Amino acid sequence: MEDVCAKFVSQKISKTRWRPLPAAALQPPDLFATGSWDNEDNRISIWSVGDLGNVGLNGEYQGEPQLLCDIRHNGDVMDMQFLDQERIVVASSTGTVTVFRHHQNNQTLSANQRWEKAHYHVDQDTSCGGAACTGVICNNPEIVTVGEDGRINLFRADQKDAVRTIDNADSSTLHAVTFLRTTEILTVNSIGQLKIWDLRQQRNEPSQIFSLTGDRVPLHCVDRHPNQQHVVATGGQDGMLSVWDIRQGTMPVSLLNAHEAEMWEVHFHPSNPDHLFTCSEDGSLWHWDTSTDVAEKPSFLHQGGRSTTYFSHNTINQSVVSAWLSNDPTKDRMEITNLIPNQTLSVNSLDILGPCLVYGTDAEAIYVNRQLFA
Amino acid sequence: KLLTDTEVPIPSVVPGADPSARQLCFAWGPAEVLVCETLFGRRGGSPSRGEAGPGRAPPAGALTGRVAGTGDGGPSSSRVFVVRKDQDIYIQTLRKLFNESHGIFIGLQRSEEELAGKSRKAQLVQVSKNYRSVIRACMEDMHQAASKFVCSLTVSILSAMELIWNLCEILFVEAAAAGPLLLRLLDWVRLHVCDVDNMVREVLSSENPSKHELFWNAVDVFVLQGRMDEARHLLAKEASANPTSVNMYKTLDDLMKKMPVPSLGNTQTLTEMELKWQHWHEECQRYLQDGTFASNSHMESICKILLGDEDAILEKKELLTTWYQFLVTRLLYSHPTVKPMELRFYAQSSMDLFLGGESSPEPLDTILMAAFEFEMHQVIKECSIALSNWWFVAHLTDLLDHCKLLQSHNLYFGSNMREFLLLEYASGLFSHHSLWQLGVDYFDHCPEYGRVYLELHIERIPLNTEQKALKVLRICEQRQMHEQVRSICKIMAMKALRNNRLGSALSWSIRAKDAAFATLISDRFLKDYCERGCFSDLDLIDNLGPSMLLSDRLTFLGKYREFHRLYGEKRFSEAAKLLLMLMTAHIAPCSFWMTLLTDALPLLEQKEVIFSAEQTYELMRCLEDLTAGKSDKQKFQDDDVETMKVEMLRLALARNLARVIVKEGTLEGS
Repeated sequence: MEDVCAKFVSQKISKTRWRPLPAAALQPPDLFATGSWDNEDNRISIWSVGDLGNVGLNGEYQGEPQLLCDIRHNGDVMDMQFLDQERIVVASSTGTVTVFRHHQNNQTLSANQRWEKAHYHVDQDTSCGGAACTGVICNNPEIVTVGEDGRINLFRADQKDAVRTIDNADSSTLHAVTFLRTTEILTVNSIGQLKIWDLRQQRNEPSQIFSLTGDRVPLHCVDRHPNQQHVVATGGQDGMLSVWDIRQGTMPVSLLNAHEAEMWEVHFHPSNPDHLFTCSEDGSLWHWDTSTDVAEKPSFLHQGGRSTTYFSHNTINQSVVSAWLSNDPTKDRMEITNLIPNQTLSVNSLDILGPCLVYGTDAEAIYVNRQLFA
Repeated sequence: KLLTDTEVPIPSVVPGADPSARQLCFAWGPAEVLVCETLFGRRGGSPSRGEAGPGRAPPAGALTGRVAGTGDGGPSSSRVFVVRKDQDIYIQTLRKLFNESHGIFIGLQRSEEELAGKSRKAQLVQVSKNYRSVIRACMEDMHQAASKFVCSLTVSILSAMELIWNLCEILFVEAAAAGPLLLRLLDWVRLHVCDVDNMVREVLSSENPSKHELFWNAVDVFVLQGRMDEARHLLAKEASANPTSVNMYKTLDDLMKKMPVPSLGNTQTLTEMELKWQHWHEECQRYLQDGTFASNSHMESICKILLGDEDAILEKKELLTTWYQFLVTRLLYSHPTVKPMELRFYAQSSMDLFLGGESSPEPLDTILMAAFEFEMHQVIKECSIALSNWWFVAHLTDLLDHCKLLQSHNLYFGSNMREFLLLEYASGLFSHHSLWQLGVDYFDHCPEYGRVYLELHIERIPLNTEQKALKVLRICEQRQMHEQVRSICKIMAMKALRNNRLGSALSWSIRAKDAAFATLISDRFLKDYCERGCFSDLDLIDNLGPSMLLSDRLTFLGKYREFHRLYGEKRFSEAAKLLLMLMTAHIAPCSFWMTLLTDALPLLEQKEVIFSAEQTYELMRCLEDLTAGKSDKQKFQDDDVETMKVEMLRLALARNLARVIVKEGTLEGS
């Protein structure tokens, strides 16, 4: 694919994140952040892809991402989220959670706020004993982190101490977290469970537990449908994509065979949630598209009689029910494409915003695709 | 021929160590050697090097010494040196080279062997070009970031590697035939002799090139490199400035234009070419002899060069810069249809003529000479010695092996040379804190020893996070390395256990199917329960599922927890049945029976009768088995609490038996 540009960055990339766009922005994103892992010297870096000097004749983007600035980070970068346009929250393998600020006027990064050993084993005050913080999610100003110590922390960006800590929330490792609603979070753990926590309740127990049947395959990532909050996707150690309807049952609605190894991340497209993206240890990145039967959906733009003729069989009901929850998702409704032809090493992270995709690999390269739906 | 027994290993100096004052001892490690100074002074007989026995390769080229020792560095302090064989692995800017070439390497291993003749060759040439373009990209990056002093050294290493690779590509991979061979060699020279380009650029950019002092040098450079069009273009400028001698210029221009060149396609045969060339050569000869260019020494010398006059060419030594450019120029004007196998003679004499006994050949010269002599193994061997990395020889050898050029060459140790070099390179990668992941695929493509190497190396990867452990585990699981899977899971389980994360520990041992460890952890859970009176990590124990069957103790843990749940839900008779079953089916460990019997107490004391007569008898038997099993001595030691418990149980059992006899009797009687 010619529209993907790659850059070798001499560090294994564990996370890539687009900077969020201001509310009324029309242009595609132009800045993203990366974090590295397994280096003696790990770094958080900010990259630019929207350099005006590189725009070709037809206005299309040419050339590779340019490094704007970077800063040293203590420990592997385990997870990373933009809090707002300027601040990035980073989870470290040392258990520390740091907020970095990107100063756009002079292109520098600085540590803005730090919670040392937010995650720890046994005793927080000893010199060692930090436990890796595996996941972080932000809903400005709130920050929720989870870790290998099975702990859940709720921070506020402007407060020095944790607002709420649930010790021993999970007896196994928590791998990822996401917001379900403003006061509820979803976590996935290493024994195949999906849990809902209501942060308003003082009880240190999840309000609901969902689990995979059988082999208790660890779940590594979770994402919620941006519009239909009851639809949740998770990815597991066996590379399986599970879709859950958290209104009913305790088991996934559908299990889709996907990658051959750990699925590290799953993301619904934020503005086009018929599209889903997953990446895996096996070096592949898949694009799941349920919008293929778009012609069959009722179109309110076509007032002419044509559209009514397409109101056949199941479309009237299906238009209300999410495509992701249909009973037979394999039935020619989903188009799946692998976006990486010659896969070798793990794709650790991906992020999508508008028409742009960015992903990072263990082969020390970052890839940017700016025409995803072209 | 590579690294045979008879050869003397090359001594390597460890900076900072002083073998003349103290004896050194050493230990082999994966991809590195630990060297330390001993207490023993140097006495008499010198211990010979290479004591590690045959089969051990002398380290390639330069070694890096890293002082990792303690103390203040004084003469009496004992220090440990870590000596690494592959020092270039640690150059940050080369990581791009390692990563990108890894992709090419994988592509080559996966490529279709079936592709026949020409297309296969084209494919291999393309692979070779890809490797070279990665080297070039690396050099460019370094030029851009040319701030650190290490760069210039690395750039020169890279450019030497590219030069050698390119020549090997022409001679071995593409195996160019007579005719095209010369064109390829010309390209090779033009690509790599860049010093003169700056001079030419300076001349061309001056206001009046023909008046520039280096003008004729520029023309000569073009002629020597066979760039006729550019040379004629320059000459035309000069001609227009000298209307008097315009005829002379025209004649030379004509000669240069007419010079026959070998064609790449099949448009002419070699004989045709030779005929044409002979004809043209005679024409040049004629002009030289009748003194056409006598009035201009520059043009006369150019004409002599066109005739392949060695002395005339050697006069331009400054412009040629290297003996191999001299060789190519010589071939161009004397032997344009040189055959690959004739190269060695011209190469040797060119080097002798060019160096003229003034300087001895450097390693690069030796390597190139070996290539011209088609001594592939010699090239690889010399490169192994001269370069401070295994990257080059490993990838080049692999490519040549895919060209089927290195067959039937077995080392007296290990496997073949390709595998030997790949193993060394991959071992170097594994000694790096971050590049180890690349090494895995190289080991995969070493059929004989790759697996063993991988097994040894993978266990030495530090596992600082669970995510990293999962990645290492995936590598092992994909290759059915059960032993390593077990060991990794055990390490992680032990870590979790030490951190009091029983749930995680159990998950890890379930993943490894490590029954013994699962038993150990189950015991910890049960001990915690006995101490605290409640279970921790219910979310895990309640969801054990089929993994419960991994170990007896884990099964008991799960079932015991089930008993508590049933009891909590007030499903007493089911709970009672399960409790009894745990003992009678010998699922519960004997040490736990007393706890179970104590758990039976509240059931025995319920208002309604729960245990049937038969069940009560069974319970009594369990209690007696438990107490009878103990020796008298132990009984003495048991504290009063224990004896009281037994008494209470006996009482409760007796009362329950009484109640149940009455109940069952009345039920039957009614």
